[in-house]
Parts: sequence; C-alpha cells; structure tokens
Amino acid sequence: TLAERTNLAGVRHILLVLSGKGGVGKSTISTELALALRNAGKRVGILDVDLCGPSIPRMLRVQDSAVHQCDSGWVPVFVGQDQAIALMSIGFLLERPDDAVVWRGPKKNALIKQFVTDVAWGDLDFLIVDTPPGTSDEHISTVEALRPYQLLGAILVTTPQ
Amino acid sequence: LAAQLSLSLAECPGTGSAQAGRAAACQGCPNQGLCAAGAARPDPAEAAELRARLRAVRHTVLVLSGKGGVGKSTFSALLAHGLAADETKQVALLDIDICGPSIPKIMGLEGEQVHQSGSGWSPVYVEENLGVMSVGFLLSSPDDAVIWRGPKKNGLIKQFLRDVDWGEVDYLIVDTPPGTSDEHLSIVQYLSATHIDGAVIVTTPQEVSLQDVRKEINFCRKVKLPIIGVVENMSGFVCPKCKNESQIFPPTTGGAEKMCQNLNVSLLGKVPLDPQIGKSCDRGQSFLAEAPESPATLSYRNIIQRIQEYCEQHHFQEEKIM
Repeated sequence: TLAERTNLAGVRHILLVLSGKGGVGKSTISTELALALRNAGKRVGILDVDLCGPSIPRMLRVQDSAVHQCDSGWVPVFVGQDQAIALMSIGFLLERPDDAVVWRGPKKNALIKQFVTDVAWGDLDFLIVDTPPGTSDEHISTVEALRPYQLLGAILVTTPQ
Repeated sequence: LAAQLSLSLAECPGTGSAQAGRAAACQGCPNQGLCAAGAARPDPAEAAELRARLRAVRHTVLVLSGKGGVGKSTFSALLAHGLAADETKQVALLDIDICGPSIPKIMGLEGEQVHQSGSGWSPVYVEENLGVMSVGFLLSSPDDAVIWRGPKKNGLIKQFLRDVDWGEVDYLIVDTPPGTSDEHLSIVQYLSATHIDGAVIVTTPQEVSLQDVRKEINFCRKVKLPIIGVVENMSGFVCPKCKNESQIFPPTTGGAEKMCQNLNVSLLGKVPLDPQIGKSCDRGQSFLAEAPESPATLSYRNIIQRIQEYCEQHHFQEEKIM
C-alpha cells in the first residue's frame, strides 16, 4: 500500500494532542508524554504543527538545532544523548527565533503536508503531534494528511475554568 | 527545501506589494498564482465601503498576543468595561476569535442572538454604551465547532466590520485569537480603511510565552501597526491567607520587563493572578466591579488609563498636524 512505502511506514502509533483553547499546556503535555514514553524504553517522535508559536524546541533544549536533508526527505532533530526522541518543528527553519511566521492558510497547509510526508522518522513506537489552539487550517490539514495512516487517537487538554 | 523555506520567510514581498507573486522568493510559494493575479491585493471598492462604515469610530485598539491563554479576552473585556464606566463614552467590543470565541461568556451574554435591522447587524448591548459582536452569537449551540479554513474566517471578519451597525463609537476594542495568521492579517488590512491607534500585547512572565510575543511584536512592526505597549498578566500571586507572594510563572528570562527593554516597547503594567478573575469571567461579571479592592483591579485600572491617555494624545497630535 501507499502507506507502507512512505516516511510514516515505520511509525506504530500516531497521537494528536489537541485543545481548542490556547495556553492550557498542550506543548508541555506533549513534551512530558514523549519523555515518559522514552523513559519506558519507547522510540518517540514529536511533530510540532504549531507554525505561529512553536514551543517544543525550547522545551527540549534544542532550539538552536538545524534540520538537514537526506534521500528520503528531512532528517528530524534528535534530542538528548540517547537520541531517542525525534522532533520536527518550524522553529528549526527560522533564520532568527523571533521571526514571525505570518502566513495565510494555504501556505500553512502546504508546509504541514510536507511535515507529514517528508520527514524521515524511521522506526517509532509513538509519533505525538502537537497542535496550536483552534479548529482551523492546521488541524484540518493535519488530519487530512494523516488520513491514510491509522491514527491512534487524540488527547484533549484543558484547564478547569 | 529548508533553504528555500528560510529564504521565502525572509523575503516575501507582501501580498499587497507591486512585487507580489513576482519576486524571486515567490517561486514555489503556494500563493504565488493568487498574488501574481492580484487576488491578494485589497479591493478599493471594499476599502471605501469599510471606510464609510467605520467613519464614526474615533479610536481602535487591537488586543494581541501570539501566545494562547495569556488573558487577551479577559483583558479586552475589562478594557471595554473600564472605558464604558464613563457613561459619556460609547464602547464597542469586537471578538474576531472565530474558533474559540470567549467574549460572549466573559461579558455575560451567552445565548444572545444577533438581530438585523435596515442599517445592518445590531451589536449585543451589555450596557447602553457598551456593544459586543462575536461569532459566538451566531452559533446555534455554544459547543458547535467552527471548523473553517482561513478564507472563510476572513470573510466573516470583513462582514463584522462592514455589516455591523456600531453607530458612533469612541473606542473599538478588537479581541484576537493567538498567532500571526489570517485573522491578524485580515483585521490589519480591513482596518487600514480607518486607522488603528495601536496594539496592546498581552503576555505572561515565562519565556515560553515571551518567545511567541516577540514574534507578535515583529508582526506589528512588519505590518506597521503601532504598539501601545505590553501587559504582563499572571504576574505573581499573593495568597489571600498568608499574604506571601509567589511567582506561579517565574520570569526565568526577565519577564516582560526585560523583553520590553530589549525591544524598546512600553510596559503598560503587570497584573497579578487573582482566582476571582477566572471566576468572574466564568460567571460573565466584570471583575473590576466584583473585586474593586483587589491589587489586580488597581493594575488593570492603571493600564486602562495609560491606554486612554495614549489614544487621546495620539488623536490630539494627529489633529495638530492636520
């Protein structure tokens, strides 16, 4: 099948972390979940599709890393000495960390599609997809691009109020 | 691919420019065709329509962040309440967060509907001098998800500006969603028909917020939107029992104060955490009215006054020039 020949072929489970509301801890939870799974011996990847406010690189202390290309696409940034967490975020593609990504929907959609199909994740037990707040372009495009693969499901984060 | 991306981020000529779609950086951009055909440029007839509709608006303030959940809607609502305390002022609050409209609940207007009249859509009035508009009023149920791509969101924002009969307004406050995307580009573009006094940018003290807020400040500079100043929200917590102060969101990189110094923007004030704020928002009551003695209320009032002074002074200077 098409799915078997792609960069996501070696990924066993895909999880989305969603909210709707901003600032409730999606990126924090995505990061902590990845670290906990890594500690349990799993191979983990994080795909950060928050294009306007990418928080994950700083949370894993790799904000100064760069992305390289290989034959099958983009090589994710590997975190830590054991390299057991793979990460892709627009944060790695900015020339300056304070550059605003001021894009309308179609450009965001194109990049998200590339993030889903062109990152050479290799073999992962879990791919965690961190999302921005809302129910808009990023969310629609991510779900559409992941449709050929079996999504394990979504975790929704909230605060009490 | 990465190099191409970096290039196009740095050198997009802007959708309204003469070079739109034609510059070197436009190669490979998904919007190239649209820009080259002039579809992304603002329509002069539309601009004239918006100008006419917004002619009677004296001051416009955008409330932005970049980061979600820092208190934009809370601040927008309290700014509106604070300004409307002067009964001689007419205040309008426009909520352009289409996916997550918080303003109806915070203003105690959940369940209200928008009515149409000959002169357009009527805002929903909280007080005689305080009118509100939000997509929240257009939903049949508060849990309905608005799952729209950019163009549809832009269309509704345009309608809000063109079709709502605000009447004569002293202050139009616009609450925005987090980010630097369609909604933000559109509101700046559509409001260029009138003029925007400036943006108030809300943050919390921690670096994870500030890193998004610096991007927002750069966005404002890119689109030539004046920055009235930054508000540091959730800045410390004073325990009501023992009166000790704790930093719930420690400013590990110097907080908004350091960022404002570095970027040469004004720090309008710091607002401490007060559990009553969240409660008032949930109940749709004005926190300023419910907790007049809270240190947070004092901070809010000082900040609101500074914003008012900025707007009045700015207007005065413009009139002087004219």
